[in-house]
Amino acid sequence: MTPLVKSILLVFIGGVVGSFGAVFLKLGAEKLTKSIWSFLNIQLAAGVALYLLSTVFYILGIKGGQLSVLYPMVSLGYIWTLLWSRLFFKEGFPPQKFIGLGLILIGVVFVGLGG
Amino acid sequence: MRERPQSHGRHSQTLILPWNPCYSVLRLSTPTVERIEQPKAPGTTRQSIALVFLCTLLGAAAQILFKRASAHFSLNLVEDATNVWLILGLLLYGGFTLLMVLALRQGELSMLYPIISLTYVWVTLLSYTMLGEKPNMMKNVGITVIVVGVAVLGRGGRR
Repeated sequence: MTPLVKSILLVFIGGVVGSFGAVFLKLGAEKLTKSIWSFLNIQLAAGVALYLLSTVFYILGIKGGQLSVLYPMVSLGYIWTLLWSRLFFKEGFPPQKFIGLGLILIGVVFVGLGG
Repeated sequence: MRERPQSHGRHSQTLILPWNPCYSVLRLSTPTVERIEQPKAPGTTRQSIALVFLCTLLGAAAQILFKRASAHFSLNLVEDATNVWLILGLLLYGGFTLLMVLALRQGELSMLYPIISLTYVWVTLLSYTMLGEKPNMMKNVGITVIVVGVAVLGRGGRR
């Protein structure tokens, strides 16, 4: 495996792991009450753990690859998160969400190309 | 077009200045009168959006620290424990996560998560001002498109 493919793969995995982290943070956030101890719930712990794991993947990935190639992979994370929001939380999808996200993805690719 | 309340809420106005690109997002997502009357209706509150906005500032600072950290990063945990940049970055990410969780209490994931892309905008602007990077046309186009995208998204989430 060439270093570039390895980097792309690491960043790709980081994005998937991170999107599940967001799902678990959302699940945990819904369990919060006024008590500070409600922060200690299993969903939030899982969310934080997944985020840390995705950070490790990102750092290892970014170390060995060009940002212009890696940024589009990072932005894929937004698509996963949108997919999970639809599947797990049944969130509504007005056209503005798709257009907004499309613009964000294009923007991220441009930022990557300029890097 | 729905009617918007004349006086804006307590939080964002003191926090977000009009020349800030995010201001338009907050304006677009100002809760409607109906929203205030029915606080339990699903949707994303302006407060949540303001929290994610703060997240992006922390995230940008963390990314710059991680960039420094990555030069020394290894799978050797003892070395990583003494990597100051890594530890500072992780602390900021702790704050980022806390704010994100608070935001997610009252907001849609599909609405709030993509707003994190504003981090790219701050990182790019910081790299111009702090790291002395030359302004770059591609990057400028990119961050402008991201800001427009977040504004459009904010409009979609408004109830």
